[in-house]
Amino acid sequence: MTLSVVYAIFFYAATLFLLVGLARKIAIYARTPAPLKIPTTPAPITKAGVVWRMTKEVTVFRSLFFSNKWIWLFGWMFHVALALVLARHLRYFTEPVWGWVTLIQPFGKYAAFAMIAGLAGLWARRFLVDRVRYITNLSDHLILALLMAIALSGLSIKYLSHTDIVDIKAYVMGLMYFDLQPLPADGFVLLHFSLVIALMIVFPISKLLHAPGLFFSPTRVQVDNPREVRHTAGWTAE
Amino acid sequence: MAKPTFDTPELKPYQEVPDIPHIEPGAMAHSRPFMAKPEHNESIGYPGELVDNWQEAGVKRLGELVEGSKALRVFLDTCVKCGACTDKCHYFLGTADPKNMPVARQDLLRSVYRRYYTFAGKYFPKLVGAKDFDKEVLDDWYNYFHQCSQCRRCSVFCPYGIDTAEISMAAREVMDSIGVGQKYCNEILGKVHVVGNNLGLPEPALKDTLEGLEEDVEEDTGIPIRFPLDEKGADILLITPSADFFAEPHIDGLIGYAKVFHQAGASWTLSSYASEAANFSMFIGSGANLKKTAQRIRDAAEELGVKRIIVGECGHAWRVAYSFWNTLVGPFDFLDPKYPAPMHIVEYTYDLIQRGVLKLDKEANDHRRITFHDSCNVARASRMGNMPGGQFILPREVLKACANNFYDMPPDTIHEKTFCCGGGGGLLTDDLMELRVKGAMPRMQALKQVVDEYEVNTLVAICAICKTQFAKTLPYYEYPMSMITSLHEVVGDAIQLGSND
Ligand code: HEM
Ligand code: SF4
Ligand code: SF4
Repeated sequence: MTLSVVYAIFFYAATLFLLVGLARKIAIYARTPAPLKIPTTPAPITKAGVVWRMTKEVTVFRSLFFSNKWIWLFGWMFHVALALVLARHLRYFTEPVWGWVTLIQPFGKYAAFAMIAGLAGLWARRFLVDRVRYITNLSDHLILALLMAIALSGLSIKYLSHTDIVDIKAYVMGLMYFDLQPLPADGFVLLHFSLVIALMIVFPISKLLHAPGLFFSPTRVQVDNPREVRHTAGWTAE
Repeated sequence: MAKPTFDTPELKPYQEVPDIPHIEPGAMAHSRPFMAKPEHNESIGYPGELVDNWQEAGVKRLGELVEGSKALRVFLDTCVKCGACTDKCHYFLGTADPKNMPVARQDLLRSVYRRYYTFAGKYFPKLVGAKDFDKEVLDDWYNYFHQCSQCRRCSVFCPYGIDTAEISMAAREVMDSIGVGQKYCNEILGKVHVVGNNLGLPEPALKDTLEGLEEDVEEDTGIPIRFPLDEKGADILLITPSADFFAEPHIDGLIGYAKVFHQAGASWTLSSYASEAANFSMFIGSGANLKKTAQRIRDAAEELGVKRIIVGECGHAWRVAYSFWNTLVGPFDFLDPKYPAPMHIVEYTYDLIQRGVLKLDKEANDHRRITFHDSCNVARASRMGNMPGGQFILPREVLKACANNFYDMPPDTIHEKTFCCGGGGGLLTDDLMELRVKGAMPRMQALKQVVDEYEVNTLVAICAICKTQFAKTLPYYEYPMSMITSLHEVVGDAIQLGSND
């Protein structure tokens, strides 16, 4: 039972850190003024146009596609797989499990492999392409390692340890409803949980901020209408 | 001119997937523009020399800039080091120096920002590549933030639109604020504030020049075409880069504008007080100077009582005019609301052509086989007309209306993917000749394709910096200097003067 308590404390702390950290960052991004109009043109001349531009950026990584096909291939594979895997994880948090979550379970099963393949491709570039090697810091390796380890430990729970996922779900639901249940004391489960806790802490203080950041990038989200509408903010509003 | 001490890159046949060089660390570490003299820095509101507490002051200024700019905030946080931008900069392609890869250039500043302003950088600097702001870093900043023409090509290709131009503007502002200025930009800006233009051409000299031009053009064409200066009550104020008053091929563009105005029967004027479209404050990221320089133009327009403002052929000037004027010195509610404020000369000419006002003889340009160079700031930082991408369509339509032989360079090198001329962003100075020649390589390679395939002999541009840069660098690549031509020279040559009289 001590294990359950220790992990519960870490989970609560990490969740708090993630939520507060993200909220703080998003507030800062939203609050910081953009004194000048700097959309990278050609840019949409209406708000609706910007929504469409961003939809393409977020769902199919449009700019990246026209920029570099390898990064796009591995990067997009990794992110879509990650989204599927995350969606699949919702079954641990819902009772009864939502219909669409049940529907995607079969795809989700393969997504983990796609995620690993994508990560492996991105990681390989950091060694093989001299330009990318040059710009890589230790932290860039560590984040890939962390995600890779999360995926691998997750798969190990499924294929190697045969822990009963009903017990895992009971523990997670217990966390959500503040009704602590015993944590299955399996090495892979503990490893997987520890790594996820680490990811939650790293997220709001690392380059993983690209996920919220993208939605605030002035070159992408500004409407191209400086002659029509007078824009002022920050020092240009003084 | 001193003999070049570097080799001009060899142009290879154009290929769709270009050769990307292997990195050569330090290849351009020696490239460094002349530093500004104390009086140049002081004339635009900065300390004359490196201040005593420069580390502390620089870090503080950086913090202020980030706090005041959503772009910097987001860009410094979100780069995932994916590498998509690494092969997109013409300076990297031309020099192979890895610090000319956009993300590596950003990292010069990001590493300092991280060190002083982020948790990871404060406590685990090695892990995230954070660095103290020391002399070595400052030198790297000075060298490599003056190897960025702020062309925004990297921003097009980055999944988050991270614009290295914004970062290099900020870096230059930080350096200026601690007394480390670049001679070329700061000296020129000082002249604008005092005299009204980059060349330091005072009113009497400008008047002389324009009168001489009137005589020359009348001699040439037999028609009295006017170049009015400071005429109160004119409808249109033309704001054009001062290079147009002065040198080939710019001046032929100015003659072209005058012919267009003449043919349209327009009432127009130049201003001796605001005789400069260029605004180098943008290059050094100085908000205060940006506003001050733009204010001259608004003041001149009000003083002369014009109804509209038209901007001549200049790339960064059009960015400042189109994207920033309204913000900085607007609203332009004293102008005629029927017209966009400001309007580009190409928008004006295009509209006249659409309405059949200009009588054009395409055959007059049959000796020209033309291609068009999209200038970065027009292509990626502004617009013409009323639809996105009008900045690509309008100049081409004008050219096609004025000439029979037009050929575009390969698609990956035009429109928003255009390659910089190599001299933008305040780098158009002889002390950076090696950088300028090497940075021109990708554009020259694309030019070679249309020269080889279509026998193109005319490279048209709508930017004073591009024109000057090409006039200087074309010969290095064994093309004649005379290839570079103003768009409005082509227009001027096609106009059937007198046909409306
Ligand atoms: C709005 C959601 C998101 C969008 C639009 C997005 C988009 C992108 C894009 C375009 C890239 C660059 C290409 C690449 O390397 O894959 C990238 C990189 C990356 N993303 Fe995301 N992402 C999102 C959310 C996430 C989340 C939630 C995570 C992890 C928890 C994540 C982890 C990563 C990592 C680790 C990289 C760097 C890969 C490398 O090292 O090469 N992303 N992201
Ligand atoms: S493309 Fe953008 S996110 Fe990728 S390395 Fe370059 S600046 Fe960073
Ligand atoms: S803005 Fe242009 S010159 Fe500067 S790093 Fe980006 S591509 Fe290179």
